[in-house]
Amino acid sequence: MEVGLTHLLFISTGLFFIGVFGFLTRRNMITMLMSIELMLNAVNINFVAFNKYLYGGKLEGVFFTLFLIAIAAAEAAVAIAIIINLYRNYQSIDIDEADKMKF
Amino acid sequence: MDIKSIVFFLLAGFTLISALLSVSEKKIFRAAIYLLFTMMGIAGIYFWLDYEFIAAVQIVVYVGGIVVLIIFSIFLTHHVGSEMEAPDRMRLSFSLLAAAFAFAYCFIIIRKNVFPVPTGGPAELSINEIGTQMLSTTEHGYILPFEVVSMLLLAAMVGCIVIALKPLSNSPLKGKG
Repeated sequence: MEVGLTHLLFISTGLFFIGVFGFLTRRNMITMLMSIELMLNAVNINFVAFNKYLYGGKLEGVFFTLFLIAIAAAEAAVAIAIIINLYRNYQSIDIDEADKMKF
Repeated sequence: MDIKSIVFFLLAGFTLISALLSVSEKKIFRAAIYLLFTMMGIAGIYFWLDYEFIAAVQIVVYVGGIVVLIIFSIFLTHHVGSEMEAPDRMRLSFSLLAAAFAFAYCFIIIRKNVFPVPTGGPAELSINEIGTQMLSTTEHGYILPFEVVSMLLLAAMVGCIVIALKPLSNSPLKGKG
């Protein structure tokens, strides 16, 4: 059985929806951030797989993956700074308890 | 089935199983460790695709950076060994249904789709070429996004320091919280 593009897309789809499932079920901000990281990684696998199997001589998918990794790192850092600041004010990082700006 | 396919399926199973454990584990520290395994599995998939440079970046940034950052923030905000409460059954079942149906829908589309004929010959990734094209100012160069990303990283770094800074008692940044 030859491994092709469909198998890689299967993995990335699976990872993405595992991330969606975690994002919907978890109530803890750090675990929600971890689910978002899973989804971003699924997107990266898609870019790399399409570049490898469909547009062999080009590098566009590789560049998108590199920039996405950089932006994901910035996003994670800002999110963790916000989470730690929230913890300092609420003594909890449960998503249901941080509702001061909700209404 | 040759050895390359077997390695691929092992990597895929490892990645997906550790991702599932990462979103379903009760202890948050273990969830972070499973996330670490997932990232390493994804790096393995990049190695399998012969994209060594991206695999190295994945290991350096995700495994060495983001997951370690997450583990640090877990230690700052949780008691070691404490368990998270399980989500209620209603939310769990509806999330499971939503994710499963969306996955099935996407997968049916992928199976039916006919991909275009590959163009451009075999994929060869030399780091030399990446560097040249990333810093080139010609038509297919990526110098502008490169500079924008560097500004974004700088802004994110300064923003993180400002947000997480503990306000001093006589500082103008002092919040009311």
